[in-house]
Amino acid sequence: MEPLQLEGSPKTPHVHFDPNTGLLELKGRSIPENSIDFYKPLIDWIDKYGRSPNSKTALHVQLEYFNTSSSKCILDVFKKLETIRAAGSEVSVLWHYEADDEDMLEAGEDYAGIINVPFKMIQIAEVDGK
Amino acid sequence: MLDRVHDLYDELERSRVMLSFKGELSADLISVILGLMERKLDAIEPDARARKRVFNVVVECLQNLYHHSGPSGSEGHAAVIAKDPHGVVMVAQVDKGYSVLTGNFMAGAEVDRLKSHLDRINSASPDDLREWYREKLVDGTYSAVGGGGLGMIDIARRSGGKLEYAFVPYDHDNAFFSLNVNVTT
Repeated sequence: MEPLQLEGSPKTPHVHFDPNTGLLELKGRSIPENSIDFYKPLIDWIDKYGRSPNSKTALHVQLEYFNTSSSKCILDVFKKLETIRAAGSEVSVLWHYEADDEDMLEAGEDYAGIINVPFKMIQIAEVDGK
Repeated sequence: MLDRVHDLYDELERSRVMLSFKGELSADLISVILGLMERKLDAIEPDARARKRVFNVVVECLQNLYHHSGPSGSEGHAAVIAKDPHGVVMVAQVDKGYSVLTGNFMAGAEVDRLKSHLDRINSASPDDLREWYREKLVDGTYSAVGGGGLGMIDIARRSGGKLEYAFVPYDHDNAFFSLNVNVTT
């Protein structure tokens, strides 16, 4: 299976999903007008990856901004991970938030309360690649 | 007309307008406006949290205009949109923060539903809004544009105040919807 790699843009995050290490990264900002178009290939990739996942999968989410249209799609990404975890492998989400950004921390806590995957909240000085 | 240019400039200056736009919004244009907004906020707002909140509200407001200024509803509504597919947006500095104003035409038949949504938001506490947002997030229903009705709730959460709104009847089928979001800093 090929890795999924997308360059970031002013409205979409940098994506790097590596099937060999189980390391999945979503970094930057996610504010596209049509989030479903952007997230569909990501969700399809995770779906396929989930058929023979790495023994450990870690999704790093490091977003400076995301819009409400993205918020549902991000939940769908987490739901795919929940399915992979339910099938027996180790899955975690590392939710990064900038030190001054309580709103982003709250958003992570809300996802953590909805999704049955361990979340780790990680405070950072600044989102990479700003 | 020419002698009014200076008056217009004065008025924009006096009202501390950072940005104003009237017209049809494309995705590219939204990117440009957001880039401009970000540069201005970086220059004038020292508090990072406030910058983010204002930016988030502007994103949601512009995308609301983008998604809702297309033809929809009755034929009468589509006719008005076709004639004047314009929305208006203005961001200004006010005493205690920023004001994000938007306006667009909408189907008159949708007014009651939007009004009750806004009233419910305005009567909710910050904790209620957070809980409501979470419920809407998990209920799994997407609207045609993918937002699932989260936009206004998110705008209210970032604002920290009440949403000010007005509906002005335009003709039999249409109304003009104005929204003012004050983001207190």
